[in-house]
Amino acid sequence: MFVTPSYSSIPFAKSSRVVQRNEKMWPIYILNGLYFAAFIFLISLGLNIILGVMGVLNLAHGSLYATGAFMAAWTIVALDEGASIFLIYPALLTGAVIAAIFGLFMEYFLIRPMYKRALEYQLLITFGALLLFEDVIKMIWGGEALYASGPFDVLGRIHILGNPYPLYFLFVMILAVVVGISIWLFMVKTKIGVMLRAISLDREMATAMGLKIDKLGTFAFVLGAALAGFAGALVVPTTPALLGFGMEPLILAFIVVVIGGLGSLKGALVGSLVVGQTRSIGIALFPEIELAVLFLIATVILVVRPQGLFGR
Amino acid sequence: MLKVTRLVKDFGKARIIYPTTFEVKRDEIVSLVGPNGAGKTTLVNLISGHVKVTGGKIEFLERDITYASPYHRIKMGIARNFQITNLFDNSTVLDNIRICLFSVYGKIKRGILPATHYKAITEEAAEVLDTFGIGDKKEVFPGNLSEGDKKVLDTAMAFALKSKFLLLDEPTSGVATGDKFKVMDTIISAIKKERMACLIIEHDMDIVSDYTDRVLVLAEGTIIADGKPKEIMEQSNVKEVLFGVKA
Amino acid sequence: MALKRFLMRPRFIIYAVVILGFVFLPRLLSTFNLILFEYGLTFAIVALGFNLLLGYTGLLSFGHGAYFAAGAYGVAMTAKYFPAHFSLEILIPAALLVSLIISAIFGFVCVRHTRIFFSILALALSMLLYALVFKFYHVTGGSDGLYVKIPSVFGYTFEGVRRPQFLMGFYYYFLLGVFFAALILMKGIVSSPFGKALQAIRDNEVRAELIGIRVRRYRLYAFIISGMYAGLGGALWSFVNGHVTPDVAHWVFSGEIVYMTLLGGFAVLAGPVVGALIFTFLKLYAMGSTEYWMLIIGATLIILVLVLPAGIAGGFAKLVAKISQHFATRAA
Repeated sequence: MFVTPSYSSIPFAKSSRVVQRNEKMWPIYILNGLYFAAFIFLISLGLNIILGVMGVLNLAHGSLYATGAFMAAWTIVALDEGASIFLIYPALLTGAVIAAIFGLFMEYFLIRPMYKRALEYQLLITFGALLLFEDVIKMIWGGEALYASGPFDVLGRIHILGNPYPLYFLFVMILAVVVGISIWLFMVKTKIGVMLRAISLDREMATAMGLKIDKLGTFAFVLGAALAGFAGALVVPTTPALLGFGMEPLILAFIVVVIGGLGSLKGALVGSLVVGQTRSIGIALFPEIELAVLFLIATVILVVRPQGLFGR
Repeated sequence: MLKVTRLVKDFGKARIIYPTTFEVKRDEIVSLVGPNGAGKTTLVNLISGHVKVTGGKIEFLERDITYASPYHRIKMGIARNFQITNLFDNSTVLDNIRICLFSVYGKIKRGILPATHYKAITEEAAEVLDTFGIGDKKEVFPGNLSEGDKKVLDTAMAFALKSKFLLLDEPTSGVATGDKFKVMDTIISAIKKERMACLIIEHDMDIVSDYTDRVLVLAEGTIIADGKPKEIMEQSNVKEVLFGVKA
Repeated sequence: MALKRFLMRPRFIIYAVVILGFVFLPRLLSTFNLILFEYGLTFAIVALGFNLLLGYTGLLSFGHGAYFAAGAYGVAMTAKYFPAHFSLEILIPAALLVSLIISAIFGFVCVRHTRIFFSILALALSMLLYALVFKFYHVTGGSDGLYVKIPSVFGYTFEGVRRPQFLMGFYYYFLLGVFFAALILMKGIVSSPFGKALQAIRDNEVRAELIGIRVRRYRLYAFIISGMYAGLGGALWSFVNGHVTPDVAHWVFSGEIVYMTLLGGFAVLAGPVVGALIFTFLKLYAMGSTEYWMLIIGATLIILVLVLPAGIAGGFAKLVAKISQHFATRAA
């Protein structure tokens, strides 16, 4: 009667069932690890940007991921069966767009009033946003799972070392690399990127130098949200969009941030690879404790090197 | 009481404090003056243990404390305040002092009986406040005190730790000029009563000459003068460094 | 004479009324509401302890569900593995012991950091426990959880008594007693020199260190005490719920603990109690009236943080202070 509804989600590791377990499968496990890492990378990249520039640990980040997933799934389903590939793939971007919009609202109404308050209040308010989002998603897209395997099916499989491997997985990995490099170039070469980095390094100095902290902060948040939404959109062709499935990626993203270092983009990369590979190998070999192993790694790193591998 | 021998501090390649030697005896009130950036706060930090020594020796009460932690130095009797007042804003003035006393008497661990049960300590806290002239503000929160009173409370807290040696960093900065002397009167008389030794960083030369027994002049990491205020202030090198006056 | 005057003070009259009200509550409430109230009381104990860490020491942990789970699973696993010892007088100390050990270990790791790191670390550790409990289903029942039956007390077994009867009768008064004991103990801790030291640490860590307070050590003590309160609450809760699942170790549940504390107000001792009671009823009525209950809870949390940071009791306390100040100046 009084049991709390379960908050645990179905892990997106379901997609690993596409490939069978086998001793000769090591290259496949590693590829799968890269595949997981790609998603986690996009999500934690966004989380780190928000954390680095605004100092906010966005507990609702997983919800933005879920929003992106639902939007993309819905769009693809709304497009007719057999719609051209040139329509289906861009449809994935709608996930990024809607997450960005939600992120904009979040930043303006929730985060900004909290600037002056203690950090803990930001955690609380993003937690409230997380609860809110769960139901907003339910309201907009209903409570049922949304399947949209179009983009996945269309690409089919290619053969790697004698094993069939979904081309879509490779597509995602390449896309993640492209996005990663783009963000890196953006941060290093463009004016806005440099400003964002300045703010994350020393907020006071940046304000003293006249940088528009408010607008840049909003930009950072929206960018982070868009990345999360994009990651959600990308996962949809392989896993149905379900209520509550933003929880697990959120936790994994936290682990990445902890391992890689708060606010570090390089750290997000390394952390994602660690998490992705641990996940892949863990699921293949020690399914019972792979989640615990990840948390253990994170805890050990937090104890030994609290700033993370590349943190400040 | 405090003996500093050939103390050196480097931050990376930059030398902030050159080999410095001086002493502070019991009952002495010594002021540390010098232009901005001379290294006064660093020197105080070295003595209180908040900055690690690069070379040299610090001895307190005949014991070598060069590598002792700040916690141990506090337990041995060295207390300090900060330039910016550093109080417990959500506790009453009385509690600010009471906490110090609890710590000193080792009662801070007691977790069951309410603080008001410890009558002797509560009374002593009230006495300290009276000695410093803010006894009427017992139940006030620091946020509602004047700057001068805040400084007095800050110093009273350092004093309440029953230390033997006080390091005061500009105890009258931020205090209205009219109140400066009153604040110093209170502080100095309390210190003399308990026979503490004291090292004060000060910029106000009037305060230095009226209240302190000896002056150390620090410029660019070196002590260029050490003696009675009246004598020191006549020296040309001191005048040059402090007032920019070339003799 | 002084005693009489002491007892006549308005505060004590209010206390007496409240206590009497609690004692006679079973006559007034329906079974459903009374059991709901008992849930509220167990959470109140958790929140009370949690606030020692949040309100008085200034540390926000998003992982206290782990210690709640420690207490709850402590009870449940005793039922499974040591059924002969499934007796209240053994179970409560056992739950306290288990939560002491786990919060001491986790706390030792956590208090070496502050602010965001502390919160993340507490979260990560609680999820570690969650993952372990979830996966080792042979031992812990995994996601199905474990069943908790009615315990015996000092040899007396409640033969043939069904749970609602148990909860309406003996257990209610037992729970009430434990609750008041916990409340009085917390009041003592908070006004003691130790409590003052914690507040000093919260307000000005640097100064506290300078005064000779071992900040890290005291934070650990506060962490352990709050962990034990959570474990106690968890154990008491397990009898009301009859069933324990890994969810209580999940960080979202920990978030609910934070919410309750904030809802009631963390600056006032009784605030978290008020918050826990209100939250329990609020959540259930929200769940009952709409499928979008998370929206309601989330929205109220957001509004609370934006508008009433001192929480309900805190806001109320401020209001009372304003009113009495108004009358004081009037009388002057």
